[in-house]
Amino acid sequence: MAQFPVLVEVTLRPGIADPQGATIERALPALGFEGVEGVRVGKAIRFIVEAPDADTARSRVDDLCQKFLTNPVIEDAKVTIE
Amino acid sequence: MKVGVVVFPGSNCEFDVMEGVSAAGGSAELLWHGDSSLGDVDAIVLPGGFAHGDYLRPGAIARFSPIMGEVSEFARGGGPVLGICNGFQVLTEAGLLPGALQKNAGLKFLCRTVDVRVDSTKSVLTSGASVGQVLRLPINHFEGNYTCDPRTLDELRAQDRVVLRYADNPNGATDDIAGICSPQGNVVGLMPHPERASDELLGSTDGLVLLRAFLSVPVGPLT
Repeated sequence: MAQFPVLVEVTLRPGIADPQGATIERALPALGFEGVEGVRVGKAIRFIVEAPDADTARSRVDDLCQKFLTNPVIEDAKVTIE
Repeated sequence: MKVGVVVFPGSNCEFDVMEGVSAAGGSAELLWHGDSSLGDVDAIVLPGGFAHGDYLRPGAIARFSPIMGEVSEFARGGGPVLGICNGFQVLTEAGLLPGALQKNAGLKFLCRTVDVRVDSTKSVLTSGASVGQVLRLPINHFEGNYTCDPRTLDELRAQDRVVLRYADNPNGATDDIAGICSPQGNVVGLMPHPERASDELLGSTDGLVLLRAFLSVPVGPLT
């Protein structure tokens, strides 16, 4: 068994309102940051998974994302095996 | 009828629900989320609060609590199950109701009394009300903005499963949805708190029409 460091980035799906991102975006001009748009706020989750190989690690993490780390109704996950 | 009120670490409306059930003429007992049995209760309420601190997402961890397997089986067998506020979030995370509750449009925690319209009486919660009846009920939430994919919304409407809608949408919820039910009508989730509108001292008794209906469900599996 090898150990694979994993990074899961959870973001709201396109079309799902992101009031936190919108609020940050609205605040930027007041702070002098012009020309910034498309702010979206998500979560980064790091952990280490044990698996015989990287493919197995990825499929275990995909399953974990589907069942627990994201709510597929409103969220997407991007998985990086590092 | 005896109602079991499930307490998760971080629940905070369990005693309000006990009081509300009592005001509506029923009896209630607390069940612990770590229990693996529902005992001899005839109905289940998942109360409001912040189960497991709302970590990850509201309801995301609560749905894995040992008692939730029993609650799911009870619900699938036709038993009456009510999720209020955080309880509604737990029911969607557990897959007992479709859709999800996202953050309120406007990024504000909302704590006020709102008008809610009964739009379907085919659920165990609304069977004692009439369609079009407007109820004054408190809301108290940050993630109460109901959302679902268009196909689910069509299904909910076609099957008359949107039981409650906001008269004046406070949180951006899709189609003004405040509460929905399962296809059989025995599982209901809503963001407003009927238990906090169960006594004149609380400013409204409109929740009683809902709680009384819930308590009058015939005991035993639906036919």
